[in-house]
Amino acid sequence: MAKHETPMLDQLETGPWPSFVSDLKQEAASRAKNENNIEYQIPQDVVEDLIGIMELSYEHGRTHWKHGGIVGVFGYGGGVIGRYCDQPEKFPGVAHFHTMRVSQPAGKFYTTKYLESICELWERRGSGVTNMHGSTGDIIFLGTTTPQLEEVFYELTHNLNQDLGGSGSNLRTPSDCIGQARCEYACFDTQALCHDLTNEYQDELHRPAFPYKFKFKFDGCPNCCVASIARADLSFIGTWRDDIRIDQEAVQAYIGGEIMPNANAHSGRDWGAFDIEKEVIGLCPTNCMWMDGKELKIDNRECTRCMHCINVMPRALRIGNDRGCSILAGAKAPILDGAQMGSLIVPFIKVEEPYDEIKEKVIEPIWDWWMEEGKNRERLGELMKRQGFQRLLEATGFDPDPRMVQEPRTNPYIFWKEDEVPGGFERDINEFRKYHQR
Amino acid sequence: MAFISSGYNPDKPMTDRITDIGPRKYDEFYPPVIANNKGKWLYHEILKPGVLVHVSESGDEVYTVRAAGCRLMSITHIREICEIADKHCDGYLRFTTRNNIEFMVDSKDKVDPLIQDLESRKFDGGSFKFPVGGTGAGVTNIIHTQGWIHCHTPATDASGPVKATMDVLFDDFKDHRLPAQLRVSLACCLNMCGAVHCSDIAILGYHRKPPILDHEYLDKMCEIPLAIAACPTAAIKPSKVEVDGKKLNSVAVKNERCMFCGNCYTMCPSMPLADDVGDGIVIMAGGKVSNRISAPKFSKVVVAFLPNEAPRWPSTTATIKRIVEAYSAGANKYERLGDWAERIGWERFFEKCEIDFTHHLIDDFRDPAYFTWRQTSQFKF
Repeated sequence: MAKHETPMLDQLETGPWPSFVSDLKQEAASRAKNENNIEYQIPQDVVEDLIGIMELSYEHGRTHWKHGGIVGVFGYGGGVIGRYCDQPEKFPGVAHFHTMRVSQPAGKFYTTKYLESICELWERRGSGVTNMHGSTGDIIFLGTTTPQLEEVFYELTHNLNQDLGGSGSNLRTPSDCIGQARCEYACFDTQALCHDLTNEYQDELHRPAFPYKFKFKFDGCPNCCVASIARADLSFIGTWRDDIRIDQEAVQAYIGGEIMPNANAHSGRDWGAFDIEKEVIGLCPTNCMWMDGKELKIDNRECTRCMHCINVMPRALRIGNDRGCSILAGAKAPILDGAQMGSLIVPFIKVEEPYDEIKEKVIEPIWDWWMEEGKNRERLGELMKRQGFQRLLEATGFDPDPRMVQEPRTNPYIFWKEDEVPGGFERDINEFRKYHQR
Repeated sequence: MAFISSGYNPDKPMTDRITDIGPRKYDEFYPPVIANNKGKWLYHEILKPGVLVHVSESGDEVYTVRAAGCRLMSITHIREICEIADKHCDGYLRFTTRNNIEFMVDSKDKVDPLIQDLESRKFDGGSFKFPVGGTGAGVTNIIHTQGWIHCHTPATDASGPVKATMDVLFDDFKDHRLPAQLRVSLACCLNMCGAVHCSDIAILGYHRKPPILDHEYLDKMCEIPLAIAACPTAAIKPSKVEVDGKKLNSVAVKNERCMFCGNCYTMCPSMPLADDVGDGIVIMAGGKVSNRISAPKFSKVVVAFLPNEAPRWPSTTATIKRIVEAYSAGANKYERLGDWAERIGWERFFEKCEIDFTHHLIDDFRDPAYFTWRQTSQFKF
């Protein structure tokens, strides 16, 4: 017998898509039964109260969670988000319901052994409810009490060799696409770079010293499967600067209909026979491809590496061999001043261990500038807008490059610096007046 | 419920403390076929919706079966995922950035038994536990935020509208009939924990009433200067108010300048915005993050407001379905939703999707607004 009636949530148990309500109910039932005689360290009926308070929100059309209090683990300023409900008498099981962010492995591969160890810990010391995964990428432990925070952290670090992730005004847990682990498009090892930078900057990740949050995301190619260009303060996007590799026989196989285009992604509709002129050459954004008899030709110098032709014919066309990444800066969601896309600051950089150039020439100078100039709760992209792209160039020492702009400015209001103008700004008015009467 | 210590001593927190060890290293978790072929993959093919094969230079193949996961997931459910991975995949699996679960096997004969197992599992309520799909020119899982399950600022729920929407789009999760992939995302307030601002279709929770001022507690609960500074439109100013004969320091809000972002509430719990009829959903459309053919672009607001119709949000799901069907009928092969809307013109988009165009959809927020007005005599009747 359920502790709370949930007539509204029950309506989300029907329909084909996996029902989170059914899942929460099975967790509540599992805790009520407690077949393995677990000594639960937080209320046994926590999930029933979670379902109950959720139902109340469905009735009221409003959340019943309050602001987080200041809770955490000793020495860290992030990784735990305090959460309390505003109906603790009715739902004592979720009176304290804090979130813990657990730093996920790059690429989000797991062994069942590891996941089971996580489940065992979270069943005993928490609600048994998670997010796999949170938006930033962490494994999210959803709901425990204050006394359990240190205990969970102790067990994570001592028994599972596992640390917490980031929250607050610090480096957020970096995340990456599947990369070279299982993708032929990946231009660098996203997992290796993600893991290395995550470990290099553990201090920045755990101890808030920044004006606001800061995110790294790593996309192996311009398809941008982790959306780095839209949501990371620094987006690392794989690219190459030599030629797309062409297998002319495979091109003919596509033309002859032996291989389905776009890896068979359009199999649900009859789009007619594959037409390379219409579907590849005609859609190339720079018109840098053509057929020369039976040969597909690409003017690689004009290619902007949009990935379309490679996506359509992955067995015929492959990324180049001289690979690295582009780095864009300043992407963020709308709050406060509107959404921003990342802006290109490094057109090309090699991605090679130990990544010193990326750390010392890009990340750290940008952080120095942002920490010096950024206002409280100002993202990097907002600082770039407020002070101008030129300040980012000065901070990093990169030379201006037309690749960094969509187009040159349309106004001539250039903030000339004194040392750029011969003779400087100091002038003698009396000398001027010798030739120009008042 | 006796307290059991992990070994942590609160009197000596630094004793044996382990910090800054970071996440587990990724390659501990690679299945052998991945470890052996990393960086050597030649090409891939989607055998059918939800099933991929990647072929390596070495001749090895890895077959991936992608199943839907709810981002909100219990450990009972994770244990069932582990049981499946132990049975079919030698104890390995992975999650995608869009909350799907990927089960990988190293030969083709292992694929069908795995799919049959996944598709046979249902929750007591009747829904599938692990429907297979989410690849190619279809709809994949919705990335989303917490909503009413755990957040203090949402203007709508997250898991509920996602479930309702995916029930309506379920056939397209399991099919490849669309002109290109279609990414749906949900953020329960405009903090947007997730990249919904660049999605083909975004469901966004939004408040429409200015904060209620809890004068009696405001100065005790909040740093008034921080609340004032938090407002992006400078709508908040300090004020003195009288409550029960007592003079109190508080704030005043210029309602006509409020954009309902809730940033003040983040800084000051005595300024709640949530309201049962004020809150609801904004629908945005036409964004993308891929650089394929056209540049990444932001989603545009196409419906200014739909009410929070718990538990199944029928107006929201019906609007989304209309947009998907109009896109499916009108777009060219490979054309993303936003590219289609730009090609036919937004005036045509509203007509085809049967959406009313209201004044709310014309940008009036700061300088970038001007660049969205029509500055040409070219338009369609």
